Amino acid sequence: MYPAQFDYRRAGSVDEALGLLQEHEDAKLMAGGHSLIPMMKLRLAQPPVVIDIGRLDELKGIAEAGGSVRVGSLTTHADIAASDVLAAHCPVLAEAAGHIGDAQVRNRGTIGGNIAHADPGSDIPPVLVLLGASVHLQSPSGTRSVAAGDFFQDLLMTDVGEDEILTHVDVPALGAGTGSAYLKFEHPASGYAVVGAAASVTVQNGRCTAAGLVVGGVGAVPTAVDVSSLVGTDLSDDAIAAAASGLDAEDPIGDIFASGDYRVHVGKVYGKRALAAARDRA
Amino acid sequence: MARVLGTSIKRREDPALITGRGKYTDDLQAAGMAHAAIVRSPYAHARIRGIDTSAAEALPGVLAVLTARDVAAAGIPGVVPVGWLLPDLKTPAHPMIAADTVRHVGDAVAVVVAEDRYLARDAAERVAVDYEPLDAVADVVAALEDGAPAVHEEAPGNVAFDWEIGDSESVDAAFASAANTVELDLRNNRLIPHAIEPRAVLASFDSSTGEMTIHMTSQNPHVHRLLMTLASLGMPEHKVRIVAPEVGGGFGSKIHHYADEAIVGLCSMKLDRPVKWAATRTETNLTDAHGRDHSTHCALALDADGRITGLRVDTAAAMGAYLSTFAPAVPTYLYGTLMSGQYDIPAIHCHVTGVFTHTAPVDAYRGAGRPEATYVVERLMHLAGEATGLGPVEVRRRNFVPADAFPYQTQVALAYDSGNYGPAMDRALEMIGYDDLRTEQASRRGNGGGKLIGIGFSSYIEACGLAPSAVVGSLGAQAGQWESADVRVHPTASVTVYTGSSSHGQGHETTFSQIVADKLGIAPEAVEVIHGDTDLVQFGMGTYGSRSAAVGGSAIVKSVEKIIEKGKKIAAHLLEASAEDLEFEDGSFRVAGSPDRALALGDVALQAYLAHNYPDDLEPGLSATSFYDPANFTYPFGTHVCVVEVDTETGSIDLLRYAAVDDVGNVINPMIVDGQLHGGLAQGIGQALWENAVYDDSGQLVSGSLMDYAVPKIHNLIPFELDRTTTPCPHNPLGVKGVGEAGAIASPAAVVNAVVDALAPFGISHIDMPLTPEKVWRAVNG
Ligand SMILES: Cc1cc2nc3c(=O)[nH]c(=O)nc-3n(C[C@H](O)[C@H](O)[C@H](O)COP(=O)(O)OP(=O)(O)OC[C@H]3O[C@@H](n4cnc5c(N)ncnc54)[C@H](O)[C@@H]3O)c2cc1C
Repeated sequence: MYPAQFDYRRAGSVDEALGLLQEHEDAKLMAGGHSLIPMMKLRLAQPPVVIDIGRLDELKGIAEAGGSVRVGSLTTHADIAASDVLAAHCPVLAEAAGHIGDAQVRNRGTIGGNIAHADPGSDIPPVLVLLGASVHLQSPSGTRSVAAGDFFQDLLMTDVGEDEILTHVDVPALGAGTGSAYLKFEHPASGYAVVGAAASVTVQNGRCTAAGLVVGGVGAVPTAVDVSSLVGTDLSDDAIAAAASGLDAEDPIGDIFASGDYRVHVGKVYGKRALAAARDRA
Repeated sequence: MARVLGTSIKRREDPALITGRGKYTDDLQAAGMAHAAIVRSPYAHARIRGIDTSAAEALPGVLAVLTARDVAAAGIPGVVPVGWLLPDLKTPAHPMIAADTVRHVGDAVAVVVAEDRYLARDAAERVAVDYEPLDAVADVVAALEDGAPAVHEEAPGNVAFDWEIGDSESVDAAFASAANTVELDLRNNRLIPHAIEPRAVLASFDSSTGEMTIHMTSQNPHVHRLLMTLASLGMPEHKVRIVAPEVGGGFGSKIHHYADEAIVGLCSMKLDRPVKWAATRTETNLTDAHGRDHSTHCALALDADGRITGLRVDTAAAMGAYLSTFAPAVPTYLYGTLMSGQYDIPAIHCHVTGVFTHTAPVDAYRGAGRPEATYVVERLMHLAGEATGLGPVEVRRRNFVPADAFPYQTQVALAYDSGNYGPAMDRALEMIGYDDLRTEQASRRGNGGGKLIGIGFSSYIEACGLAPSAVVGSLGAQAGQWESADVRVHPTASVTVYTGSSSHGQGHETTFSQIVADKLGIAPEAVEVIHGDTDLVQFGMGTYGSRSAAVGGSAIVKSVEKIIEKGKKIAAHLLEASAEDLEFEDGSFRVAGSPDRALALGDVALQAYLAHNYPDDLEPGLSATSFYDPANFTYPFGTHVCVVEVDTETGSIDLLRYAAVDDVGNVINPMIVDGQLHGGLAQGIGQALWENAVYDDSGQLVSGSLMDYAVPKIHNLIPFELDRTTTPCPHNPLGVKGVGEAGAIASPAAVVNAVVDALAPFGISHIDMPLTPEKVWRAVNG
């Protein structure tokens, strides 16, 4: 595992990183390096220049303001999993981060790198789509934000432009009476999600007023399931099972461990179980 | 003095290893060292039309690019030999570097040597090989079909050998009159060994002396020296020194002699400087000899009382693209001969076809043939329990070789020296709480939930410490199967042991020191154990096949006994007594009946080296070398019970319990024995549930990385419940058997039997390993 020749530059600020991106064609940003470096070692990625943004404190941290939580792109999975702020406002994000890899991976890997890499087996993307998060990007020409649902475009493809840095995500806080859950069907080799189901339900006076379900690992990008049939119900097991069975993926991904058909099946089962767990926590 | 045999003293190896001070091959640096990268075929089968090395050679810092042409020009034998011959075995040449045809992905076609490792890899990418891709066949069954692409012209139909053992006529008769028969088609999945340390070599040739020192990841340095000099490099054996520094696991994969190590040796000879190569994980997965890969049809005949009357087995065993060092022995003499299991079976026949495929070679991997045999026998026993209505426990019990029938001659060559199978089964049932489990199983089935439990058994036999040499020689081994030990007592009564059983993680230094300390009545700390260096150690066969304690340990005991005998003569002289009247106990020589007339080992040792006051007819010194050739294999056995929970909605399997009762004879260090079982169980359970080397139809290894090939991780496993019975081996001085492979041998069948037991309500009688959730789910859903 020996990468091809590359130059290493460490950015001292977001502006400097943006400048380096302009300066070096095909350069790659490096956050935790936990997806980029393996790709380079396998020589699947051969960037001539690696721009290390890993020490930019301005991109780290978790803070609540005005009904949503802002998570800096360089915040590690470990910090997200352990965050009191997230536990109070978006517990399902912390739950999902706690399922990522092992302790070493969680200590190095970042939320920005995770979603910019956009592996279909990643744990974070379905949660961000479920929660209606927005992804914030900065380029020399300014900043913009994009809804998580639009951010993931295809296998390993996102809306991040070549001249852009992902600065943070804004995650709306879950309202009162809302329960959420992330359930992961782990790949025995990679530890990534074969299927990851993120669900939330809001219950008022014993009736469901809102519900969401997004499943990762089935399609190239997170698959949202229409579970609006649950609204108005008492969230019986049968109603939940019926709603989750609406999972549909036109062209499910598959590998030697789990075929597309099987992933769709497990997506329905895990979707059902995630919704039930969310109901029990609501 | 407290006995040290049988106690769990801590492994003396560990402080260095766990503080990062262990020196593995890739940690070693030599002055002027260059680095090799091997150019490998991306095709499973192709003709090489040409190789253009100029772009690689043009890179500054590149020292040499060698191809098959350079091997030929060097005038060396240049091949990788097979070390076990069967009658009519096809032995097509395995060139160190492929000359005109490549036969598996990863086959070596060139080597680049450069000043640093990165450069070597960059240059390797610039070697332009013009391939003409040819049709390939990776599957062991497909390779036998008419018209399958041929791996070697010399082996029509891709058949490497056709081998049988037992008596097919008596088996036919047994089936003709059987009250019950069960049969099964199964695959034993191909595995990649995955030693944590990938293979590595540092070869240092010095033209001024004509000597070559090779540090390498070896389980058997003397065997490697022999094969390396004789078949590959053509150097005089005495000019080559092979050293195995710390070796990070092997599981068989570091027994074999590979092309890569020989290629690096050649590079060092050509350049007259040290050259190092360390496999990447990807290379290791493509080129380490894999394990298992069988397709088998098997059947069992039983009489009306549920007694086995016949067993028939027909197996196609993949050999891969070339015959690896011991490959032909694994699915034959280490497989067919194990088919009697723990049972008294009057008629057995086993037929095996060795098959060339366009894949990495297959050779010994933890258990080597015995896990495959155990899987066949124990899967059939499970089915027999169902078919006869006797259930898994009673059908086994009824067929166990009775305790008073030992030594027991099987119908497949092996003669079991000792055994007592019932108590291990009894203890396992007790530990697991069998009756309660069956009650729980019934209630879960009754209440219609999606989570079913199953209980699976595996009552296994192992044969370890391949022996004796004359017999293995008559079966085709091109090597002896003894072990040597040189034990030297120093003048101060500390001891150095030179053993041919080199360790690669097993803890030989600890256990061998316990043996010597116990026998000589000294502290284990006073014993140093040297291994893994052909210049230091007289000769040795190495560590594999669970042989080290039984064979290597026995050689040490023989040497210690010689030392005690000599010591008695010296002591008798000093005490003015007759040697016959002397006894040796707790570290001192005493005149029988006169306890005050005694000399400590140290007094005698000192005199042995001073030789001032000394018997006339005795040579000075106190050391002894022994070459111990065992009379027979040893036969560990045991019963393992696995309990699983199957989620029928997804097909996921959870391990709930795993109890193992093993009989490995006398135990030297219980902690190390437990550790060996833990590791073996992890690998065997891994085979049953997760591990699978998958080649696609074009011969690409699609499970070539740890992202796809699932080696069990600690959180996939559960605490194992272990116990032992003790039936000492009657024919070696320690009464020990072997334990290195037992876990991997027994466990696949226990796990699969448990899952199939859970799924009995669905009419499922078999699912091939690994039992991935999708396979289980599909079985449940028809
Ligand atoms: C052994 C192992 C197990 C893992 N298991 C899991 C798992 O179970 N679940 C899971 O979800 N993930 C898993 N991962 C992936 C892990 O979460 C990674 O940390 C993550 O995917 C990438 O984050 P990173 O910070 O390391 O990014 P890097 O590797 O540094 O970067 C990844 C990509 O994102 C780009 N990038 C990074 N930061 C930014 C930014 N701020 N703006 C724009 N582009 C950026 C980089 O240029 C690169 O292309 C695992 C990784 C490993 C090594």
